[in-house]
Amino acid sequence: MAQIAPFDARAELMRVNAVDKVFPGDVQALRAMSLTVREGDFISLLGPSGCGKSTALRLIAGLSEPTAGRIEWAKDRAQGDLGVVFQEPTLMPWATVAQNVFLPFRLEGKTCGAVKDDILEALKLVGLDKFQNAYPRELSGGMKMRVSIARAMVTQPKLILMDEPFAALDEITRFKLNNDLLDMQARIGCTVIFVTHSVFESVFLSDRIVVMAARPGRVIEELHVDEPYPRGEMFRTSPEYVAHCRAASQALEHAMEAAA
Amino acid sequence: MSVTDLDRPPAPTVDAEEARRARARRIEKTARWLLPLLVMALMIWVWDRIVVWNEIPHFILPSPARVWGSLTGDWAILWDSALLTGRITLMALAIAVVGGAGLAILFNQNRMVELSLYPYAVILQVTPVVAIAPLIFIYVESKTVGMLLCAWLVAFFPVLSSTTLGLNSVDHNLRDLFRIYGATRWQRLWMLQLPSALPYFLGGLKIAGGLSLIGAVVAELVAGTGGVGTGLAFRIQEAGYRLNIARMFAALAIVAAMGVFIFAALSLLSHMLLRKWHESAIKREH
Repeated sequence: MAQIAPFDARAELMRVNAVDKVFPGDVQALRAMSLTVREGDFISLLGPSGCGKSTALRLIAGLSEPTAGRIEWAKDRAQGDLGVVFQEPTLMPWATVAQNVFLPFRLEGKTCGAVKDDILEALKLVGLDKFQNAYPRELSGGMKMRVSIARAMVTQPKLILMDEPFAALDEITRFKLNNDLLDMQARIGCTVIFVTHSVFESVFLSDRIVVMAARPGRVIEELHVDEPYPRGEMFRTSPEYVAHCRAASQALEHAMEAAA
Repeated sequence: MSVTDLDRPPAPTVDAEEARRARARRIEKTARWLLPLLVMALMIWVWDRIVVWNEIPHFILPSPARVWGSLTGDWAILWDSALLTGRITLMALAIAVVGGAGLAILFNQNRMVELSLYPYAVILQVTPVVAIAPLIFIYVESKTVGMLLCAWLVAFFPVLSSTTLGLNSVDHNLRDLFRIYGATRWQRLWMLQLPSALPYFLGGLKIAGGLSLIGAVVAELVAGTGGVGTGLAFRIQEAGYRLNIARMFAALAIVAAMGVFIFAALSLLSHMLLRKWHESAIKREH
């Protein structure tokens, strides 16, 4: 089990340095965004729609280039260092669960036999090892999302980007997946950047919440949730949790006012 | 099970609504093949009565019995012709699949090639094959090659256009995912675009199957016999000249049966390839 270092002792993983992103038609999606990401961080990008949180994620993933500013990595990034989970499960419908989880390795040119144990391990992590040979259409929405998470984690990446992964799920499933996600993060010791528009989700999961405003997309405030992990149902009903939620809600309100 | 449940009789495994639905399903299953057969029997009977009651001479409209007689009596001739037409059709379909899908992949990989050639693919498609066929037989020495060319001309376009659509219909998130994992263009084509395009390709294939038969028939009508034996279309034409209308009907029935067979075979193939994962092949429970 990988241990996550205490906050101050964490090494820097990557940095978003004064990044602007302008889309055609002079749409300023991001203005002067800066963010330092350390190993083991769980960062939520919280904000109303149109605040550029998904754009920020795409820039970090390397799917698009900043108009100004830089995305800097502390070390050279290898193919399997980054995992992504989208809002939809984004599975290949023609492939079984195991084949879907195998994909990142397959694209690296590895054979199925060589990474069989890793695939099984990742599926066990999300509790779907019994469904290896099922096709995505046979699974529920929550299970599909678990497969998607297993695929993102199977390469033991340094950084996992999650773009509102649980937004389409019902609340019971979402709570369960929130709990499990923290558990999984602790086990493989990765860093997570998590885009969400839910205050409760962001407080429960993260140690840092980056609140963003829209038009132009920018960072308004950065909140620290200095509560110890592991967090569970106890945390969800604690006064500290409520206090953090209130603070985050207020920050979000400021963000809305700033945009209006 | 809680205590209160114990007092109640166990619920029947099939309730009235479920039973009704199951019965409706059974009836539909039988009706699916029985009704068309009844319609056919009725049509044949009406046809027969029209011929008998109006005393229509057989060289104008033969009775069903006479057509049946021709079908069985001339079976040897008709079967040979059917084999020839069938062979041309299948070969043309094969070339249409390879050519259509190959062009689609080429177009997809190179936009400049697509921009250069796509208009001509459309022109070839919209020009009626009947109008092109006579020209083809002037310049192409071999009758077989000429016929294949005609059949290919009509059949390749649905494969091309539907495969092109399929190759471009990849889920954009999956496309991003492949980019993040550093997939090569070849990996993207092989592992992402081709599987995504498969349902579209199979849809085009079903259309192409019917069209290649049409192409083969048209080619035969234009080409005549010279050297390669006689196909079904030529048999129809020849029987027409001789006022052997019964044989015309018999040959026509075989052509129709071939078309149905091709469609059924391709539908089966499509079902086999997609049944595990594609929405179109999934049976809903309710």
